[in-house]
Amino acid sequence: MATRTLDVAAIRKDFPILETGIAYLDSANTSQRPRQVTGAMMEYFEKFNSNIHRAAYRIAEEATVRYEATREKVRAFINAASTMEIIYTRGTTEAINLVAYAWGRKNIKPGDLIVLTILDHHSNIVPWQILAASQGAQIEYVDIDDRGELRLDQFAELLKRGPKLVAFNLISNAMGTINPAREMVAAAKQAGATVLVDGAQSTPHQPVDVRALGCDFYAFSGHKMLGPTGAGILYGRRELLEAMDPFMAGGDMIKTVRIEGTTYHDLPWKFEAGTQAIAEVIGLGAAVDYLNELGMDAVRAHELDITEYAYEALSEVEGLTVYGPPPSRRAGVISFSVNGIHPHDLATIADRDQVCLRAGHHCAMPLMTRLGIPATARASFYVYSQKQEVDRLVSSIKEAQRIFA
Amino acid sequence: MATADDQFYREYILDHYKNPRNYGRLENPDISHEEDNPLCGDVVGMDFRVKDGVIEDIRFHGRGCAISQASASLLTERLKGLALQEAKKINKDDVLGELGIDISPARIKCALLSLKVLKVGAYGLAGEDEE
Repeated sequence: MATRTLDVAAIRKDFPILETGIAYLDSANTSQRPRQVTGAMMEYFEKFNSNIHRAAYRIAEEATVRYEATREKVRAFINAASTMEIIYTRGTTEAINLVAYAWGRKNIKPGDLIVLTILDHHSNIVPWQILAASQGAQIEYVDIDDRGELRLDQFAELLKRGPKLVAFNLISNAMGTINPAREMVAAAKQAGATVLVDGAQSTPHQPVDVRALGCDFYAFSGHKMLGPTGAGILYGRRELLEAMDPFMAGGDMIKTVRIEGTTYHDLPWKFEAGTQAIAEVIGLGAAVDYLNELGMDAVRAHELDITEYAYEALSEVEGLTVYGPPPSRRAGVISFSVNGIHPHDLATIADRDQVCLRAGHHCAMPLMTRLGIPATARASFYVYSQKQEVDRLVSSIKEAQRIFA
Repeated sequence: MATADDQFYREYILDHYKNPRNYGRLENPDISHEEDNPLCGDVVGMDFRVKDGVIEDIRFHGRGCAISQASASLLTERLKGLALQEAKKINKDDVLGELGIDISPARIKCALLSLKVLKVGAYGLAGEDEE
């Protein structure tokens, strides 16, 4: 079947913020949101704003139905077996912390090994460091080779030591590297490990099938996939989630509360305490609808096209170094540095041309240390990105080089 | 039309960045202190030689963006030969004034890193709130 192509001009009309003239090249950080998403949220606020799961009146039922509808949309989007396996969180960070707390404290014992990678985001490092410290476990990090790709030989060696947990990101936010996740999950499962995949960068940009992937947990954020901030997802295999104790405790996550004790609610609500981010979850559902309409294969094809274009255009700039693998093995993320110009100066100069460029360590300080650099500049793309914006970036870089010459 | 933004990388700031004054290390300094901004990787360190309550000699070293390094270079020019009592009075408005440009909130930490080195290192005072 031929892959659909994106009609970027039509897509851009759905994003009012782009009318301001910005070249938004920071979608790996947070994406923009189309009218369809903000509209769904506004509809909730203006037509059936109320709390879910509690009230008997009509608008509360409407709110509950819309809120729960997102769960089925997300389940289908990542091909999970059941909506019981789809837990709403604030985002990837909370999802990983949930696992580190509710699964980790029960299952990680003194001396156990946790395997992470040098490409991981702080949100997939720090929760495990805290867990390892409290449980007396140890952590090893898979290194990268010169192309910025994980050293699978070293990964295989670490698996021989029988890690209890393996956690890694499917796509590196700092370098765009697409990790061979299926192969890695299969090897880790073979070695007896529980596997968490950080899908923050993969879910927005390519088709995801958690059952084909074979992982135990999969975490991602809504705000990087056209949805609002404050709504994200933890996918977990049902038997693991059922064996876990709650993460947060309070209202809505219980069945009965008596002075003698409490029984917890069924999945997935066991992990959703307190009043939820209702509008945000509804917005996330609208974002999933929007992406389905475009087709995730088409999204990936568009990003590959623009990434190839940008990779070439940037590589032609004298004194510019691109980090990471070639476009075919990376997502729509390009990290780079320019001789003699600090990334922050570059971003400030680009900003004068309304080019939104990220500069910094991208919450991946171990990777920056590994590369021997304090920071990089990073351009990242999404469904609304166009080549003309890459051209604007290149001219901003040349302007910076003129100023700093 | 010149705007504040257009002046961000004024000629003299770029000059201090490309040709930093008092750059390097002192042998056997009386005081030596270094600070960094983990967020952007800026590093500034300063070595002081103090005699009779006066900063007789000073050198700075570091790496980072133009704002952090130019700010450090400008500050050393001001500190060299200055009485410690006077140096203590230098505050963030002085440093920002010397740079003479509008610094966005995101870059304030870059501009004030050298002042933090001066305060924390040379005087053992807690750095002021840099925001």
